Amino acid sequence: MDKNARLKEQIERTSGVNVLKCMRCGKCSGTCPSYDEMEYHPHQFVYMVETGDIEPLLNSQSLYKCLTCFACVDRCPRGVEPAKVIEAVRLMAIRQQGNNHMTPNDVPEALDDDLPQQAIVSAFRRFSK
Amino acid sequence: MVVSYFPGCTLKTKAKELDKYARLSAEKLGVTLEEIENWQCCGGVFSSAKDEIATKLSSVRALKAAKDKGQILVTACSACHNVIKQTNHAMQTDADFAMKVNNYMKEEPYNGETEVMFYLELLRDVIGFDKIKSAVVNPLKGKKIGAYYGCLLLRPSTTMKMDDAENPKILEDFIRAIGATPVIYSMRNECCGGYVTMDSPDLADKKSSAVHADAAAHGADMLVTACPLCRYNLEKCTSEEKLPVVYFTELLAEALGIKEEA
Repeated sequence: MDKNARLKEQIERTSGVNVLKCMRCGKCSGTCPSYDEMEYHPHQFVYMVETGDIEPLLNSQSLYKCLTCFACVDRCPRGVEPAKVIEAVRLMAIRQQGNNHMTPNDVPEALDDDLPQQAIVSAFRRFSK
Repeated sequence: MVVSYFPGCTLKTKAKELDKYARLSAEKLGVTLEEIENWQCCGGVFSSAKDEIATKLSSVRALKAAKDKGQILVTACSACHNVIKQTNHAMQTDADFAMKVNNYMKEEPYNGETEVMFYLELLRDVIGFDKIKSAVVNPLKGKKIGAYYGCLLLRPSTTMKMDDAENPKILEDFIRAIGATPVIYSMRNECCGGYVTMDSPDLADKKSSAVHADAAAHGADMLVTACPLCRYNLEKCTSEEKLPVVYFTELLAEALGIKEEA
């Protein structure tokens, strides 16, 4: 099995998503609040995982623009759940040694007197392993 | 009635008003929130990954503690509720996941038996908005309030099941029960930017500013939320039409006449 096929299988297993259910209507990207910030949009995550074009996704900053607001999950007419695909790719990226998107050294800069603990723990769950 | 209560990290620190007025108001309405002993932070966000196990153990332990007491588990923070409810759902529906979690637990297995309720659901389904209405001594007449749901209370709707995710009304019904007027606006169930405020503050600013602009355009003079991170983003953003943002429990306590003036 080649590398891309292995990565695809891992993403499908982690996310539990069947990317073949997608009918390419684009609703996920149309409703995404981070659309303008993303190099690859939710529908592209789904399609590129389907075709095994995964390396570009692993290296894209788009992984860290997803808000996990689940708008795409709730509004997908086919129940594809794109946010779960993005979460699986993001984990695949940050689970690699030395590949955390955020470290404790980044926190002081983001701190202010009102920042809730919730923001810090949530960001670490999403950006760091 | 006594229920198990999971306050969460932020309600002990930056969002003390959300916690304090939740407890006082519940007591006034005949429900005691009994804090779970030795609870641990829920982690703030739920991972939908099927191979994320250890990050969900704190939620499962809280759920198990409530089960042992035979109580429902109530939260007043949108994020805690989202994490705990989704974890509970996974324990009920994903046998493989539940087995892996239970392998970490010393006690007897937990399989999603606890009923998880958000504080608003407690008000609606256990106490009843009618009863709240009759307990109000200080109706918030004349206040035009935009309910800000954000994403965590409503989605994923197949699991959260609190309300219609595209046309919710639980907060609007709450606003009516305390004597104020709800303002419906289209951004009420769109994301504030959430945790990316740590990493891309401009994105959070843009998203939160859009919420203010839309609510203001529809005539709201304040926003009400159940989420400390939503409140932070909404208060921090640079919108020119910024409205005041309060926790729903503050309004409840005010209407019930038990809000202490500082």
